[in-house]
Amino acid sequence: MLDNLTERLSGVIKTLRGQARLSESNIQDALREVRLALLEADVALPVVKDFIQEVREQALGQAVLSSLTPGQAFIGVVHQSLTKLMGEQGAGLNLATQPPAVILMAGLQGSGKTTSSGKLAKLLKEQLKKKVLLVSCDVYRPAAIEQLHVLAQSLGVDWFPSEAGQVPESIAAAALDHARRHFYDVLIVDTAGRLAIDEEMMREIQQLHRTLNPVETLFVVDAMQGQDAVNTARAFGEALPLTGVILTKLDGDARGGAALSVRHVTGKPVKFIGVGEKLTGLEPFHPERMASRILGMGDVLSLIEEAHRTVDRAEAEKLAHKIKKGQGFDLEDFKAQIAQMKKAGGLGAMMDKLPSQLTRGLQSNPSVDDRSLARIEGIINSMTPAERRNPELLKASRKRRIAAGAGVQVQEVNRLLSQFEQMQKMMKMLSRGGLGKMMRGMKGLMPGLQ
Amino acid sequence: MFGFFKKSPVSKAAAPEVSAGWMARLRSGLRSSRQKLQQGLGGLFGGRLDDAWFETLEEALISADVGSKASAALIAELKQEARHQHIDKPEDLKPLLKKALVHLLAPLECPLASNEHRPHIILFVGVNGAGKTTTIGKLAQHLMQQGHSVLLAAGDTFRAAAVAQLAAWGQRNNVPVITQEKGDSAAVIFDAIQAARARGIDVVLADTAGRLPTQLHLMEEIRKVKRVVTKADATAPHEILLVLDANTGQNALAQVRAFDDALGLTGLIVTKLDGTARGGVVAAIAGERPIPIRFIGVGEALEDLHPFNASEFVDALIE
Repeated sequence: MLDNLTERLSGVIKTLRGQARLSESNIQDALREVRLALLEADVALPVVKDFIQEVREQALGQAVLSSLTPGQAFIGVVHQSLTKLMGEQGAGLNLATQPPAVILMAGLQGSGKTTSSGKLAKLLKEQLKKKVLLVSCDVYRPAAIEQLHVLAQSLGVDWFPSEAGQVPESIAAAALDHARRHFYDVLIVDTAGRLAIDEEMMREIQQLHRTLNPVETLFVVDAMQGQDAVNTARAFGEALPLTGVILTKLDGDARGGAALSVRHVTGKPVKFIGVGEKLTGLEPFHPERMASRILGMGDVLSLIEEAHRTVDRAEAEKLAHKIKKGQGFDLEDFKAQIAQMKKAGGLGAMMDKLPSQLTRGLQSNPSVDDRSLARIEGIINSMTPAERRNPELLKASRKRRIAAGAGVQVQEVNRLLSQFEQMQKMMKMLSRGGLGKMMRGMKGLMPGLQ
Repeated sequence: MFGFFKKSPVSKAAAPEVSAGWMARLRSGLRSSRQKLQQGLGGLFGGRLDDAWFETLEEALISADVGSKASAALIAELKQEARHQHIDKPEDLKPLLKKALVHLLAPLECPLASNEHRPHIILFVGVNGAGKTTTIGKLAQHLMQQGHSVLLAAGDTFRAAAVAQLAAWGQRNNVPVITQEKGDSAAVIFDAIQAARARGIDVVLADTAGRLPTQLHLMEEIRKVKRVVTKADATAPHEILLVLDANTGQNALAQVRAFDDALGLTGLIVTKLDGTARGGVVAAIAGERPIPIRFIGVGEALEDLHPFNASEFVDALIE
């Protein structure tokens, strides 16, 4: 997700490695690179300047003297400052009020307010067991109200009807009244997208805020937003007492600048990040992890969590047991592994979370997509159980049959088999405890990653 | 690089029919970006021409989303020109900056031609929330004012109520909208093309669901939509337009690259230029993928869609 920035910084850090110590002159280049990288990632200029200043001061201070190597010290300082900039701790929603707790959504057009409203409703309903009411005050965009209605229906969340002819303020008042009477825990109010310079519309949302007196006023920001994120965030922050930020569309590529700037400008925590248009895609924001990721340390924590959630424990233990006992790793196991990989969000999602030094060579390869996993699965499915257990059986005519069955060329079957052989070797190494050796050999061994 | 300034700037003839109204809107929309540039440039025009001056100029450009690479290229041009013409006062450099920007953007000036084929099929693609559906509504109106008959294809079958949104635009403009209860976008658009042919319609505007270029399966799906359109009409799609939100930063470049690689774009539409967003990223795009900008969106009203004019755009940005 933030590959470019990660890569750039990885490069910078490398040039610092091997230096005897940090000085004004030798961090100058590194700082310039950091600055350019941040700008390229759409972090707003004033934010970048503050950040660079902070890193410079920190890097030349005491922390450096007491550390192991200058490179490590520099990474540490950049990481710390980055984490700090993004708001140190992941903040949750504050719903501590007399119900209904009102959540007001605000933001530019197309930033993802309605989708986020739906996602938030789902999260509150399923994870916090709240009784949620959704209402749309977007009387301007055609079918905006209908969009929220459809979302509410598919979520099984209650929806307060409104119509395009109504005044937003009276919709809000009526919804609030309804929520009170029917003992809802939370009322989520979706609003029309508006430009910060549109005074009339900004007055309207201020009026809405007064009517609703929301406990949370969330500013929805598109993660792809450019330098202007600073201005819109400031304008919304001045017009409304924001309590937090939702950063959407973070599943896009190479971005994150907005994440850095918005927090810095509004001073409000990023409470959630939106990933994907599926209604499950609202995740808590972890500044610490985001900082690690930007620095090329990889979001390994998320990966581990994800793995815990999706990887079948029993399956994994069975395989581990088998390997320990020295039994062969066969194509059946290979297939099971691929299935697990798919469950964990596919290769792309996993690669995203690995440190960029590891994945740089791999990621540029277009064959690293989930389709290649599906093909491999298809090929293995076209084999008989005996063939899967004992791949040595596979000679030319069997390979032709398998290729025909899977709808691929014979070469692809061959490629799979050689990958599998390497994988087998790796497993043998693993069983002999050669983990380090295995990691070194990793690059060529993942399926589809040649 | 060097002969660059000697080329004649741009078609001056393009402007006359443009009403003062929309220019005012564009200007007011771009006001903030201009203010931004001028804040950066404020102390600039005055003072001495030195490296620090150029660095501040570079920062100003970057703040307008021009991007570090395109900014660096512009600065390099300006530096060389300053040396060559012995310019030592920053204010003398301003027309050169304008000229350089206009030169960069002029090739993108290329209005939509919609009368070669009948029906003329235009496919709209873009990321989520870029403004595809709204743009289609505006463009339908624009084309009808020019006397074309228009048909809309509700190809966004994914997002909740996207079909209803397009239908509402259709109703407003009194334009037929082809929808399907269930089905994928390719099927809906195929249907729409058949319907347009049967009814003798001039232009088909086909909406599609928003997609991020990182979602490979959705990029594959849009390729399929294109293939199916070609099946319905061997010469189609006649236009594939990427709708870009002007608020987008450097990711706009990645979007253009990804959609162009996947589909072969014929044009861009830049929306939401009435906000505090700047057109800067357009310069970055012009440097890397000079795809014509067919229209810019400068407001929420139906008539707020305008052909792109490089010199006016630059004027509004750094007057």
